Amino acid sequence: MAKYLWTGLLLLLLACTGRRVETLVIKGSDTEVNAVLQLAERYMELDSAVSISITGGGSGVGIAALLNGKIDLANSSRELNSHELQYAEQHGLRIVPHVLAADALVIITHPSVGLDSLDMTQLAGLFAGDVTDWQALGARPGPVSLYGRQSNSGTFMYFRDKVLGRDFSPTLKQMNGTAQIIEAVRNDPGAIGYVGLGYATEPDGSPRAGIRVLGIVPAGQTAAVSPLHRDNLTQGNYPPCAPSTSSASAKPGAASAPSSISNNRPKVAASLRQTGICRWKKERL
Amino acid sequence: MLIRHFWDQFWQKALAASAGVAVLTLGGIFLLLLTNGWKAFSQIPLSEFFSAAAWNPAAYETPTFGIGAMLMSTLLVTLGAMAIAVPLGLGTAAFMSELAPARLRNLLKPSVEMLAAVPSVVIGFLGIVLVGPFLARVFHLPNGLNALNGAILLAVMSLPTLVSIAEDAIHAVPKAYKEASYALGATRWETLLRVTLPSCRSGLIAAIMLGMGRAIGETMTVLMATGNATAMPNGLFDPVRTLTATVAIEMGETPQGTAHYYALFACALVLFVITLLINVAAERLAASYRKKGQ
Repeated sequence: MAKYLWTGLLLLLLACTGRRVETLVIKGSDTEVNAVLQLAERYMELDSAVSISITGGGSGVGIAALLNGKIDLANSSRELNSHELQYAEQHGLRIVPHVLAADALVIITHPSVGLDSLDMTQLAGLFAGDVTDWQALGARPGPVSLYGRQSNSGTFMYFRDKVLGRDFSPTLKQMNGTAQIIEAVRNDPGAIGYVGLGYATEPDGSPRAGIRVLGIVPAGQTAAVSPLHRDNLTQGNYPPCAPSTSSASAKPGAASAPSSISNNRPKVAASLRQTGICRWKKERL
Repeated sequence: MLIRHFWDQFWQKALAASAGVAVLTLGGIFLLLLTNGWKAFSQIPLSEFFSAAAWNPAAYETPTFGIGAMLMSTLLVTLGAMAIAVPLGLGTAAFMSELAPARLRNLLKPSVEMLAAVPSVVIGFLGIVLVGPFLARVFHLPNGLNALNGAILLAVMSLPTLVSIAEDAIHAVPKAYKEASYALGATRWETLLRVTLPSCRSGLIAAIMLGMGRAIGETMTVLMATGNATAMPNGLFDPVRTLTATVAIEMGETPQGTAHYYALFACALVLFVITLLINVAAERLAASYRKKGQ
């Protein structure tokens, strides 16, 4: 008898949790998560009927979750590749991409390296493992210590495809998150790494203590462009900028979020600026 | 009477079922790993998988799946951990059961066992902020995210298992052995070294192997503290990426049904087989000392 009573009680409890709440689950890019968090907080102020949950983990994680139908929106620092688009098509998913902004990827080193800028060839040579000692670039002699993200990161793919054009050196230390890269670069006198601009700067735009943000000489030019001057980003002079894309699967209700966000663009622009993400310009890529 | 009989039967069956669940789960896991891992080899040649070829599933051009460097990393970190944990653990166990006064022993044993309660993510965090910078300073390295860091952390994590089982083994040595030794005029140190420890040798080996099994399977700590570079390590001061870390890092982003997906199952299968062999060997040794102890 008691057994049936417990079963009944359990069913009753389960029934209670079936209350309908409009929730939007967002997952993906680590470099984008802070910006989207700002957007979501602002959006929830405007529309109290919606609750938004956001987690990072990397663009690849977000896209995989979107394709597996586990979330409503995926944040990504890269476009979907052909395999992913094919997978979506096979499973009857219509993916709606929506470009939010461009994220400036900045190159940071430990201050004791002593360099202020690199050109694109030097940058590729360092991360591909051709240059293993700083002396080759005229800096303080010492081994080059590479820091980056893991292959589930959209910036990993973006950097590899657009900056290196080949594979990363196998000696690249693959950190779990962008904050860990900053921490490691601070403590390693031969360190170089790449991070989203928002992670390398304070809210007022000045670089964070203990690291040096390098200027980049664009291909075919001679003068270095620093990502720390906002004009260089908004005018598209600074080369490594990855698109921050949010992709929604075609589930009713889900795809409405990004468009409502862009409709409120002036209101959210101010909060976005604090995270280091700037206005999207297509020709920059 | 009928109801009493019913409940008696019910609980007997329920307990048998819960015991069965464990066995079924183990079998299920093995089957799942085997069926999925096997599929990897229809797309990846065995000679590539077990070679020193790079593990580069997200390659710019052609992906390669070689676990040589990761297998080496796992072995390097585990053996390094054992080199630290075995003398420390066996010393602690011998001290606790033979030399320490009862009051000290009652303090020591729970403290060591409490180490097992520290979450692995906390140990990994300490590896990043404490052990890493310390190693970098002491050995004049650019950074402390390397195999040695992982080995030190894993040594700490395998100590509770190692000490606890070794202590039980030493404790189970019949008193008569020691009394005979003392009667012959041996000191406590001589008795410990020549009589007590040798007579529970199989138990001590079992303790070491179970500690090793614990170290091989650990994921979060090594993922955080060893740098995760996929290059073949040349020594304890190189960053390493273990098999466990690779599966943990890449499983979440891999589309199902791809060669990469099945290759990760194959990695898990390799790990499973290694830990299973270690644990079976340890169990057999432990069983033999239990018999002797009676």
